[in-house]
Amino acid sequence: MSDKTMTADEVVSRLRSGMTLGIGGWGSRRKPMALVRALLRSGIGDLTVVSYGGPEVGMLAAAGRIRKLVTAFVTLDSVPLEPHYRAARESGDFELAEVDEGMFLWGLRAAANRLPFLPVRAGLGSDVMRVNPGLRTVTSPYEDGETFVAVPALRTDAALVHVNRADRLGNGQYLGPDPYFDDLFCEAAEEAYVSCERLVDTAELTKEAAPQSLLLKRLSVSGVVEAPNGAHFTSCAPDYGRDEEFQREYVSTPWPEFAERFLSGDEEAYRSSVRAWRKERP
Amino acid sequence: MNAVSRSEYCVIACADAWRGAGEILASPMGLIPSLGARLARLTFAPDLLLTDGEALLVRPDGTPEGWLPYRQHLALVAGGRRHVMMGASQIDRHGNQNISCIGDFGRPRRQLLGVRGAPLNTLNNPTSYWIPRHSRRVFVERVDMVCGVGYDRAAELGGTARFHRIPRVVSDLGVFDFATPDHSMRLASVHPGVGVEQVREATGFELTVPDEVPYTREPTAEELRLIREELDPDGARAREVPEGARG
Repeated sequence: MSDKTMTADEVVSRLRSGMTLGIGGWGSRRKPMALVRALLRSGIGDLTVVSYGGPEVGMLAAAGRIRKLVTAFVTLDSVPLEPHYRAARESGDFELAEVDEGMFLWGLRAAANRLPFLPVRAGLGSDVMRVNPGLRTVTSPYEDGETFVAVPALRTDAALVHVNRADRLGNGQYLGPDPYFDDLFCEAAEEAYVSCERLVDTAELTKEAAPQSLLLKRLSVSGVVEAPNGAHFTSCAPDYGRDEEFQREYVSTPWPEFAERFLSGDEEAYRSSVRAWRKERP
Repeated sequence: MNAVSRSEYCVIACADAWRGAGEILASPMGLIPSLGARLARLTFAPDLLLTDGEALLVRPDGTPEGWLPYRQHLALVAGGRRHVMMGASQIDRHGNQNISCIGDFGRPRRQLLGVRGAPLNTLNNPTSYWIPRHSRRVFVERVDMVCGVGYDRAAELGGTARFHRIPRVVSDLGVFDFATPDHSMRLASVHPGVGVEQVREATGFELTVPDEVPYTREPTAEELRLIREELDPDGARAREVPEGARG
C-alpha cells in the first residue's frame, strides 16, 4: 500500500491555474489553512473556488486568485462579515455563483454519486435562480408532477480539507463534533489532499476514538500532509479553538500589511511571525 | 417586580412563535429568539428540540440530548420538522427576505452574509423573522435579492411551495403576520409603549393595520422569572433591544 504523505508545497505543485477547487470546513472552522497558505505562496490563480466560505475565501480573493466563487455564504462566525471578501465583491473582482446551503450539499452529493444533478426543493422563487441563470428545473415523473431545482453536480478538480488525525495511507479522522462536508468534498473531487494535525499509525486511529470518527477513506484521498496547527486561525476542535485575537488582527489589518507580515514566508515562518505577534500583545 | 421591558416583550413575542409547534426543532438566530425558544420549551412547548447552534441538540440547561451536525440539520430542514426564526437585512410586504447583498448583485453596494439556508428554509419549514431595529431601511418596498421566499413568489410555484409558511415577523416595535387576503404583512400587535403611527412611519411599505391593534401579550410572572433569573440573568437582552431608546 502506498505512502501518500507529502508536503503542502508538493500538494500545490499538483494544482494548476484555472482549476476548480473544493475547500472543506465551514465558515471559520477547520479550514485547511496551511494548504491555503501554500497556495498563496504559489503563482496559482484563476481559480473556481467551491466552499462554505471562511477566511480562505477572503485571503484568496484579496490576493486576486479567484475567478469564480461557488458558495452560500462567507463568514468568520464570531465576525459575521468577511472584510476582504466584502471588499472584493464590492469592487466586482470575481464572479459569484451564489447557491443555498442545501443546494450546495445536494450538489456535492450528486458529484459524489456520479450523478449530473439531484433535485431539491430549494432555490425556486428565490433570486438564486435569477443570479444563476444556468440553473435548470426538473419535473417529477410521478403523479405529483412537482417542479424542483436540478442542482448540478459540484464536481471539482481537487479538494483541500483539514482533519485532526490521519494515517500515511489517507484515512482521515475528525475528533470534533461536526464532520462538516469534508468526506463529500473528497468524494466529489478528482484528487483530494488532506492536511492533519497529527499523522499517526493506522492502529492508533481507533485506540481512543470510535470507528465512526474515521471520516475520510483512503480510496478518495491522494495526498496527506502533516500540518500541526494547520487550521490556524480557524478552529480545529478539540485540538484547539479559533484564535479569536489573531482573527481580529486579520480583520483589522489592511491586506497588504497582513500578507507582508504573515504570509511572505513558508509555514514555519508563518508560525514564528504569529508567535512574535503574540509576544507584542499586552 | 420591575415593569416589563421592551426586550422582554420581544422575547415573549418570539417565544409565542413556537406555541403549539409540537416535537420539532426550534432554530433561533440571534439572542432574543434564542431566549424565546428556550422560554417556550420551559413553559408551553415542552416537546421542542433546541440546538446549541453547533452540532448538538441540547436541553435548556445546555445538556446534550442529540447530535445534529450541519449536514443532518440541512436534511432536517428538507424534512420540515423545524421552525426557524431568521434575521433579515431587508424584508418586504409579502415576506421576501434579503441577507445576501444590498444593491446590484453583480457589484453590490454592500456585500452581506449570503443567502445561507433561506431558500431551503422557506420552501420546507415554517420560517419567522426577528428584526431588532425596525426601520425603513429594513422594511422596504422591494428587497434587492430575494433569499427567503415571500408569499407572492411562493404562490407562483404551485405544489413545490406547499410547505411554505411565514408565521410571524417580530421587531422591536411589534408583531406582524400575513393574515390578509393577499398575504401581505399586517400589524398583529404593538409592544406596550409603541404607537401604531410610529410603526407606520418606520415601515417603508403600506402595512395593513386593523382598526383595533392589540398590545403584545404580557408575560406571566413565571415567564418573567425564567427570563430574568434563569435564561438571561446578565441582562444581555437589553443590549439587543435597549430600553426607551426609541420612545
